[in-house]
Amino acid sequence: METLIMIAEVMFTAPIADMIDSPVFLAEVIISGLLTGVMYSLVALGFVLIFKASGVFNFAQGAMVLFAALALVGFLEQGVPVPVAILGAVVIMAALAYAIEYLMLRHLVNQEGIILFMATIGLNFILEGSGQLAWGSNVKGLDIGLPDTSFEWYGILLNTFDLSAAVIAASLVAMLAVFFQYTNVGRALRAVADDHQAALSVGIPLKTIWVIVWTVAGIVALVAGVMWGSKSGVSFSLSLIALKALPVLILGGFTSIPGAIIGGLVIGVGEKIAEIYWGPAFGGAIEDWFAYVLALAFLMFRPQGLFGEKIIERV
Amino acid sequence: MFYREAGQFKTRYDKDQAIFPILQDRWFIALVLILAYVIVPLVATEYWYQAVLIPFLIFSLAAIGLNLLTGYAGQVSLGTGAFMAVGAYASYKLTTAFPDINIFIVFITSGLFAAAVGMVFGAPSLRIKGFYLAVATLAAQFFILWLFNKVGWFFNYSPSGTITAPPREFFGRMVTGPEATSETRYFIVLVFLTLGALIAKNLVRGRVGRTWMAIRDMDIAAEIIGINPLKTKLLAFGISSFYCGVAGALMIFIWLGSAETEAFDINLSFQIMFMIIIGGLGSIMGSIMGAAFIILLPIFLTNFPPMIGLQIPTDLSKHVEEIVFGTLIVFFLIVEPHGLARLWSIAKEKLRKWPFPY
Repeated sequence: METLIMIAEVMFTAPIADMIDSPVFLAEVIISGLLTGVMYSLVALGFVLIFKASGVFNFAQGAMVLFAALALVGFLEQGVPVPVAILGAVVIMAALAYAIEYLMLRHLVNQEGIILFMATIGLNFILEGSGQLAWGSNVKGLDIGLPDTSFEWYGILLNTFDLSAAVIAASLVAMLAVFFQYTNVGRALRAVADDHQAALSVGIPLKTIWVIVWTVAGIVALVAGVMWGSKSGVSFSLSLIALKALPVLILGGFTSIPGAIIGGLVIGVGEKIAEIYWGPAFGGAIEDWFAYVLALAFLMFRPQGLFGEKIIERV
Repeated sequence: MFYREAGQFKTRYDKDQAIFPILQDRWFIALVLILAYVIVPLVATEYWYQAVLIPFLIFSLAAIGLNLLTGYAGQVSLGTGAFMAVGAYASYKLTTAFPDINIFIVFITSGLFAAAVGMVFGAPSLRIKGFYLAVATLAAQFFILWLFNKVGWFFNYSPSGTITAPPREFFGRMVTGPEATSETRYFIVLVFLTLGALIAKNLVRGRVGRTWMAIRDMDIAAEIIGINPLKTKLLAFGISSFYCGVAGALMIFIWLGSAETEAFDINLSFQIMFMIIIGGLGSIMGSIMGAAFIILLPIFLTNFPPMIGLQIPTDLSKHVEEIVFGTLIVFFLIVEPHGLARLWSIAKEKLRKWPFPY
């Protein structure tokens, strides 16, 4: 009985008392969680774009983040000015998208999802290997000139870098939304995402659309790579954030862009709060699995994720 | 003309339902068994045992386990590494707590532990399907490994956090620990694989396998014709995890000797997944061929360039290997998405007529 009370104390009473005791600290935790969540959302966004348009669960998204960041760093090391380097990295990601479509996807049309998934794991190996082969595998700093100073706001400690990351991410999402909603290509993309065959039959070139979608995913990967890279350096571990984005993906739903964003924020905040208030009770490092268990718990109630399309099954 | 069933008449029903109804298949299996049990031990060297044969057999067992779940019952799981870890840690705890229990009973019991854990993490499969389930099984992967890493009880509070296989003997022969010979180890895993493959083969052609396949092909339709999805899916998770658990226990006790949780990380899950995709989903034979392919490929990639006189610096060669490995996987999936098992059946089909087309 006594141990039970102790467990209840450690698990429930103490963390909540901590939260109430210092609301400023709690606010800081939540804000830093939101900012990490933005980063997760960026990676998850790349997954959603590709899954929606081509039904491919692209495991290589993390490797694309690494690849894009390495390409950018490679240009910067040559002394290329930042805007040109970013443009160069975009061109490389577009070329990569074209190569992936031409060499891989077009030959795998109509295959089962799991085969495509395994093929993107193969792609993951190729990208990790070739990226590190071309630009070296040691940790590199990445500095594109974003300000990085801390300041206080109503007693809450904030960081300009995190804030600008959030602003950039928000504007990227806004741009994507405009692109999807108001351009011809965007309309075609939505048509393909809705129904491949119907899109084909009204004359939308599927292959071109795939190249465009992979390019857009590559650009999203580049933005994510810049953000993560300037925060923690560009190295192999960058490609592991794909594993961080997967729970975001199932929480938000594979097919929903707003889902990816909200899922990222929920996971970011949940993870931070769990780590800080409940982490000590578990002996630390619960970040590794907390997001997955949280997503799993959500899935039990909504099997298609928060915003995924309702799964309709017919016999 | 080499592989045809013409002229092989069956006079009894049980002959018709035999596991290998065609004479040529029986010959083939007999040849493989003779090769594995007699010829290989005569010629194999220490390097071959440790680097190729023993890991190949262990991974084959794990691949059969995953293939039962993914290939036959249609439930995609990326938690294989964790289920293998459960088997490994359970056998370690069991044999250090009860040193007198026969080591084989320990292996089987630890498989049962893995089966129980697999069923717990398989329970969401009733609600969650497809890729959602695949990602959800990653929860098992990360949570279980974290647990084994954090809780000292699992590795008997050893300061390095590793588990080491203690020496155990069986009929006066050392079977685990540093003194066991490679040959003994090889025979142990070979026996496990033979029995495991035989049981799996019989499972999938019997009632259990048929219910699995019905669930895989369309679970709602299967439910309507009276198959209980709860029982069927949980049974698939349980049996699959049992195989994986035994394979994990063998991995520590027979192959590696000692290991940390890192040996069972997500890369192991992907590796086993590759084996069944390359080998062929829904094929016992394919699991074994896929395991051979995935084990041999990196060894080949490491040894091939020096063989033709090409010297690549070691830091580069790791990346080159990665690229070639990834390329081959993609290439293989494009050429034959149904795996080696399909190639094998195409070859058999060809052999019916070859070399006389009429």
